[in-house]
This record gives sequence, C-alpha cells and structure tokens, in this order.
Amino acid sequence: MTGFLKGIVGLRRGAWEMLATVIIALGVFMLMQPFVMWAYTYSFVTTLVGTVMFIIVSHFRD
Amino acid sequence: MSFNPVEQAAKQTPPAIARRVRGLSDKAIAWLFVGPTIFLLLAINIFPLIWTIYLSFTNFKANRPNREIKYVGLRNYERILNDADVWLSMQATAHFLIWTIVLQVIIGFALAWLINRKFKGNDMWTTIIVLPMMLSPAVVGNFWTFFYQPQIGIFNYVIGFLTGKDPSSFEMLGSVDLAPWSIVIVDTWMWTPFVMLICLAGLRSIPDYIYEAAEVDRASRWRQFWTITVPMVLPFLMLAVLFRGIENFKMFDLVVQLTGGGPGSTTELASINLKREAFEKWRTGYSSAFAIILFVTVFGLASIYVKALNKVKER
Repeated sequence: MTGFLKGIVGLRRGAWEMLATVIIALGVFMLMQPFVMWAYTYSFVTTLVGTVMFIIVSHFRD
Repeated sequence: MSFNPVEQAAKQTPPAIARRVRGLSDKAIAWLFVGPTIFLLLAINIFPLIWTIYLSFTNFKANRPNREIKYVGLRNYERILNDADVWLSMQATAHFLIWTIVLQVIIGFALAWLINRKFKGNDMWTTIIVLPMMLSPAVVGNFWTFFYQPQIGIFNYVIGFLTGKDPSSFEMLGSVDLAPWSIVIVDTWMWTPFVMLICLAGLRSIPDYIYEAAEVDRASRWRQFWTITVPMVLPFLMLAVLFRGIENFKMFDLVVQLTGGGPGSTTELASINLKREAFEKWRTGYSSAFAIILFVTVFGLASIYVKALNKVKER
C-alpha cells in the first residue's frame, strides 16, 4: 500500500495504471449491475474518466 | 544468368515513373506506400467515429436529413443513462457475456486438452468439432430455432429423454426464464471450437522436455497441470477471452435470428436495442450517444485486458 501511494505521488506509471484499471472496472460493473439505478447513471462518466486516465498515464515513466 | 526479381521489377517500371521516384527520399517513398492505407483507415474508421461523436450531441434523425440539426448538449447521454429499458438491456448483455465466456473457456480448454492427446482419428474429431464455427450465424440461428421447437425440436427431445420431462412442456425461446439461456447455449455451441483452437495452439507450444523434467522431479499429473500447463496456456486463453468478450459485447445476428430480443425484452442485448433506436425509431443522435457509451466501455475493458495480457506474457 505504501509503495502504491508513493507511486501515485511520484507519478509512476504502474500505480496510476492500477488506479485507472480499478476505475474502469468499477465503471463497467456499475453499467451492468442489476442493483441500483444511480450506479448505472454514473457508470459512463466513471468508465470514461478511467479510460482517459489510462491513456494518459500509460505515457508516464516506470 | 542469375534472376533477380527486384532487378526485373525495377526494369519493368515505366521510365517516366522511375525518373520521378528516383528523386524522392526513402522517407517520402515509405509515405507513398503507407499513405493509401492510412487514408483508408482514416476514412473508414476514424472519420465515422468522429462523426458519431458529433451526432451524439445533436437531435439528428437519419430519415429526415433535411431537418435542421440542433445541438442538444449532453441530453442524449442523460436520457440513455436514466432509461430503465437500456439498463435492462445492459444486464441482459452482462448475463450473455459472462456465461458464454465462462462456458466457452471451460469446455474449450477441456476439448483442447483431450484433442492434444495422441489417438486414432484425432484429425477427424478436430474437424468435426470445428465445424460449427465455420457456419454463418444466420444459418445457425435458423436451425437452432427448429432444434428448440417444443413439439419437433431435437433439443427438447434430448432434454425430455434425459430428465423424463415431457418435451413439449417447456419452450426454450418463448419462456422468460429459459430464453436468456437458449442464446447462451447456441453461442457456446458455435464458438467453443474457436477457444479450443487457441488453447490447442497454446498446449502444442509447450515443449515436451518441461514435462520430462517434471517427471524426473516426480511431480504428479495434477501438479504438472497447475504448474506447467495452465501458466503456459494462460496468455493464449486470455487472448481467446479478449476476442470472444469483444465479439459477444457486440453480439447481434445470432440473437436476432433466434429470439429477436424477446420474449418481451429478456434477450434484448445492447446492440439489438441500439439497432432499434437507430433504424426503427430513427433516433440517430440518441443511438450515436448509445454507440459511444458502448465503445468507451469496450475500449476501457480491452485496455486493461491487454495490460493484463502483457503482464502474463512477461512472466
């Protein structure tokens, strides 16, 4: 966990990609889950933020 | 006399073109070759994508091309993301996607593992197993509707024979509970061979000496399976899941042929809903926004998946 936080602060690719991955996965889950409507409503924004973040952070240094 | 094909081709180039090309740098010639492909890619892939993004912010209707196009901002996205019917179609897509992939991976891997063993008629069985994959989805959808007929369908007859139930007592395509499973069964039947072929390629790429070394170390078959077979086939398996995942997210033809999205909207996958909005209700702006939502979802999923695949390959 400390390593992950250090990576986030130090703008390291691995940590940021991990964060973007979690956001995308959360967005897709929110889109397809059958439980609450509000999660579906905000799913696209979540996925979009994660995807754009993933594209940007994949250019960070290792 | 030696025959050099490059020299021959150069001699056949008309002198006028040869003179013009001779003055170009290597980079310019490279662009000359790559240029048409890039142009085609831009025209076929990138331009429609940008145009769809633009349309998703408008009230454009393709059946009324002369009507004034109004900018509606994010209203199309708002309406889709607050529409309970679209939400249901997403759930139907999730059910279809998850179950087809789980079943195809398990059955495909098991079949590949069996086919990989040397036995008589190995090639013949491989060909027979691969046959469904070669058929057109329209044909498969059509003959599976006959298989699922309660009175004359072979599927109902087999299930009736195995369970002791009356074959006409259940309807796979007409029942709200069974219809989502009927499309899963047909897609699994059709596309498991594809997963099997990819797994087979993975299994055949494992050198025998690794198993021989494991035998010398007295590793059990179970141990060999989990520590040699599975890790070495994993990149192939992940590739198969990626291909099938993207394909099934967009699944349209097979399901339309089988159930048409019914009964009610129980098998109305996102792509079927999208097609209805675009070409039956002619809400082009709305359906463009819907298409962009699906595109971003698939793109995001594919990005993290490719990253995971690269990590597995690096190991």
